Amino acid sequence: MKKLMLGNEAVARGAYEAGCTVAAAYPGTPSTEITENLAKYDEIYSEWSPNEKVALEVAIGASIGGARSICSMKHVGLNVAADPLFTVSYTGVNGGLVIMVADDPGMHSSQNEQDSRYYARASKVPMLEPSDSQECKDFVKMAFLISEQFDTPVIVRLTTRVSHSQSSVEICEKENYQLKDYVKDANKYVMMPAMARRRHVEVEKRMAALKEYSNKNELNREEIDSSEVGVITSGISYQYVKEAMPNASVLKIGMIHPIPEKLISEFAEKVKTLYVVEELEPFFEDQILKLGIKVIGKQKLSVMGELSAQIIAEKLLGIKFETTQTSNQPIPVRPPVMCPGCPHRGMFYVLKKLKLNVSGDIGCYTLGALPPNESIDTCICMGASIGVAHGMEKARGAEFRKKTVAILGDSTFIHSGITGLIDVVYNKGNSTVLILDNSITGMTGHQQNPTTGFTIKGEPTKQVDLELLCKAVGIERVTVVDPFNVKEFEKVVKAEIEADEPSVIISQRPCALLKYVKFEGCQTISQDKCKKCRMCMKIGCPAIVDKGEHLEINATLCVGCKLCTKVCSFNAIERVGE
Amino acid sequence: MEKLNLLIVGVGGQGTLLASRILGTVALKMNFDVKVSEVHGMSQRGGSVETYVKFGKKIYSPLVGKGEADLIIAFEKLEALRWVDYLTEDGKMIINEQEIDPMPVIIGKVKYPENITSTLKETHHVYSLDALKIASQCGTTKAVNIVLLGVMCRLTGIDKKIFLEAINEVVPAKVLAVNLKAFEEGYNYHK
Repeated sequence: MKKLMLGNEAVARGAYEAGCTVAAAYPGTPSTEITENLAKYDEIYSEWSPNEKVALEVAIGASIGGARSICSMKHVGLNVAADPLFTVSYTGVNGGLVIMVADDPGMHSSQNEQDSRYYARASKVPMLEPSDSQECKDFVKMAFLISEQFDTPVIVRLTTRVSHSQSSVEICEKENYQLKDYVKDANKYVMMPAMARRRHVEVEKRMAALKEYSNKNELNREEIDSSEVGVITSGISYQYVKEAMPNASVLKIGMIHPIPEKLISEFAEKVKTLYVVEELEPFFEDQILKLGIKVIGKQKLSVMGELSAQIIAEKLLGIKFETTQTSNQPIPVRPPVMCPGCPHRGMFYVLKKLKLNVSGDIGCYTLGALPPNESIDTCICMGASIGVAHGMEKARGAEFRKKTVAILGDSTFIHSGITGLIDVVYNKGNSTVLILDNSITGMTGHQQNPTTGFTIKGEPTKQVDLELLCKAVGIERVTVVDPFNVKEFEKVVKAEIEADEPSVIISQRPCALLKYVKFEGCQTISQDKCKKCRMCMKIGCPAIVDKGEHLEINATLCVGCKLCTKVCSFNAIERVGE
Repeated sequence: MEKLNLLIVGVGGQGTLLASRILGTVALKMNFDVKVSEVHGMSQRGGSVETYVKFGKKIYSPLVGKGEADLIIAFEKLEALRWVDYLTEDGKMIINEQEIDPMPVIIGKVKYPENITSTLKETHHVYSLDALKIASQCGTTKAVNIVLLGVMCRLTGIDKKIFLEAINEVVPAKVLAVNLKAFEEGYNYHK
């Protein structure tokens, strides 16, 4: 049976068919749907872990425990999970262990454009890269086999266009995988220097064996056509090449680490001009050049952003695309915005009013850096806001600190903000930290987390009490406040930044997109009462429109959260029909 | 029809993903190879979103480049203008006459472009309608996507039965009746 599937959905199907029974992940675009789909299979225990490091450790435990396990993350998540990755490379596995990593060339939804292929080389772990949904499923199943055959974790790398493209997939039966025996083996699983030195020898042997294997397995294949032009490529770039250069001979690499050196050398012999087409860094190119093979790659193609069939045709074949310019008037850009009713809006209104320095973090609230809020000064990585604010205080002193706050979401705080907070307390900092508790992981599309009280499968569970947690690490000033109570919120922020001790403000209000959040009635601006002071524009709500002559509320967008009524000094905003 | 390069453009939250899922199912039912490329994550928060749908004998790249779209379904007028250069020379465009102001317009920095549909009609095959109004008359503003698919079905001449089957499979049962009505309205709009 054929079914249309997202690449991510096909990965989940592949794991299911391979008999995988444990899955752990932290959500991150473009990888999130892998684990959301894994959770739909009753046979697979699935969890949202607090962060990617824990997720990988859970998967490693399941593997040592004899099960086939899978762990998924976005590219930057692999940085968080890098610590266990480099050592599980040494220990190897018991049940097959597959690590999914989704890169985001073009940065559709990311803070950097790192090329995770280098992790495979650095950690000495094999890496596969599929180019459509069918291969997503097939390669994941293959990855489990390679993992067990070579006693190694296997990374499968995706990119946004593979993760988020649907194509047809042939559905197969589930394999009946038997849990392997649990064997105590300190020499293999306890990585102390003496054991690790011996295991490193095994790692090198394994990589040599995998190099041979790479030349022979079906993951790498030649499609011989023209003897003039040959292209070495992988992943989504393969699809672009096939469309742009239908007559070129192609060496499609599915096992991208270790690369099939012998196959590459043989292929190079068969064509006059050899290109390597890869997104981001010259990962293949550098290795091929090292083999002494002349190849054209990054001298023609950028290391930045995504490729496309048109870019390849233009850069490699010199084809010019004549496109008509229809519009001669400027087209306004449409950046993403915080939704109408978003709880973060009340907070940003106050932070901007108080002209504070804001150390930001990763989540929907990062949008607060854009006009009209323009209230975030920094955004580095998950959980960084607290450490960054602490560093600013240590560099610039108390006066600066009293104009500075750190902000981060509930899920981000649990991911890696809590360690920053412990640092502040331990090292006598006085930062003010705002935890934006909106009862869900928002930006990635509503995943449960340890603060929500539900598991990935929607089962009720213990809920982290943020207030108690902050108090337990030594924060004595913890205040819970509703960001839509703007006056109270401002009062609290003013008091806490003045205090000569660390403090946490829990800004608590659920995400407006949660089903149980109900507002009543849409608002409208009374043109008689409105003095055009434009205070309501300062909250940056997409439903309030400045028409120049007057201001109005877009009834199709307004959800009736009434935040605007709280900043209007003239009571000019009222419920429709009143 | 041997192939179709289609672009669905709109604003995050308008239901473009469901429309593309239905179209993918339609393509499979017609025994085409198909690829649908979506945008998830950050752009979904009220930003400009685009989905590519490609049918054909064999589809490689999931993307549609400038000058390559046989058909564009624009869920919003400004997005129609933003993406029009993706049409082939004789490509067609379905435009929902809805205006959603982007942030630079909301804060009064720039004006929302005027006369978009009439300008585009001078140079392209444009089929416009107020799908939001039609959808709300059917019972839910959320059925804008299905109204537009109705228009598309008529324009492309794809068998209506196939569309109805796909909608039956993809749309949740409790909202199926309104959506079937919305499809019918769209189908009969540009006779």
